[in-house]
Amino acid sequence: MAWLGHFNYWIFVFLMMAGFYTVIARGNLIKKIVGLNIFQTSVFLLYITMGKVSGGTAPIVPEGGSEGVVYSNPIPHVLILTAIVVGVATTALGLALIVRIHEAYDTIEEDEIQDIEENANTLENSGGQAS
Amino acid sequence: MAIVRMHNLFAAVMLAGIYSLLMASIFVILDAVDVAFTEAAVGAGISTVLMLGTLSLTKSREKIHVRPSIIPLIVVVATGAMLLYGASGMPEFNDPNAPVHQHVAPRYINVSPVEIGVPNMVTSVLASYRGYDTLGELTVIFTAGVGVLLLLGRRRRSKKANETEDSASKEPEVST
Repeated sequence: MAWLGHFNYWIFVFLMMAGFYTVIARGNLIKKIVGLNIFQTSVFLLYITMGKVSGGTAPIVPEGGSEGVVYSNPIPHVLILTAIVVGVATTALGLALIVRIHEAYDTIEEDEIQDIEENANTLENSGGQAS
Repeated sequence: MAIVRMHNLFAAVMLAGIYSLLMASIFVILDAVDVAFTEAAVGAGISTVLMLGTLSLTKSREKIHVRPSIIPLIVVVATGAMLLYGASGMPEFNDPNAPVHQHVAPRYINVSPVEIGVPNMVTSVLASYRGYDTLGELTVIFTAGVGVLLLLGRRRRSKKANETEDSASKEPEVST
């Protein structure tokens, strides 16, 4: 049963690696951002599962007093609240960069951008040699 | 997995939104209602809208690659194996005696309703005990907002500049 107790970590590692693979293996920039989001969410899941206590409830004091109530750990929740919002901020910034890249290069594929850059460099070099 | 394999970016973004909503419901089951609210509103809502906006400004089809991607797969499997090895030393799921629950959490749970007067402990920790964290978070959001405005605002300005340049380059021709 030891492996069952670590089941949440298995899910976390699987999701995180799915996101990681998307980030490093895909050439499309939007796909990379989606992969980054999956990566982030897996970390959220890790923290939230760490805060869970068996038999616990959400960390809100009920109206009729809190005698003998077991709460989940509120600290991971706070940290992840912050992390979600920061994650959206980074996503927005990345997407804005993608929009700009698309305007400059008219593509959002990494290798195509690289080709365009190399072509521009060779053109510049040949121009410099000619002059 | 479908998100990773899919070449239609529109469908991938919609799946990411569904995934986010699913994650929010998992957070409810794991007693993190505040996080679930935020994830549903921000992760499933705002992120999806932002991505759809980007898709409308760019292309919605991914180019299909033929080259095999074996190196990323190796890297991912190696990292995953290392993470699993590390996770085997972690406390078990649901364990009330895990080190996470020992240090400051009991104080927040026991004292914060009395000290702050807010029944929701997440709120009191977020806004009061860790207020500086939240301030830093706001700084990050502000910076990101400024960055987005600079990136997207420059385009309009450069377009306007081009137009004025065009009109300026035309005017002398007319005058001569």
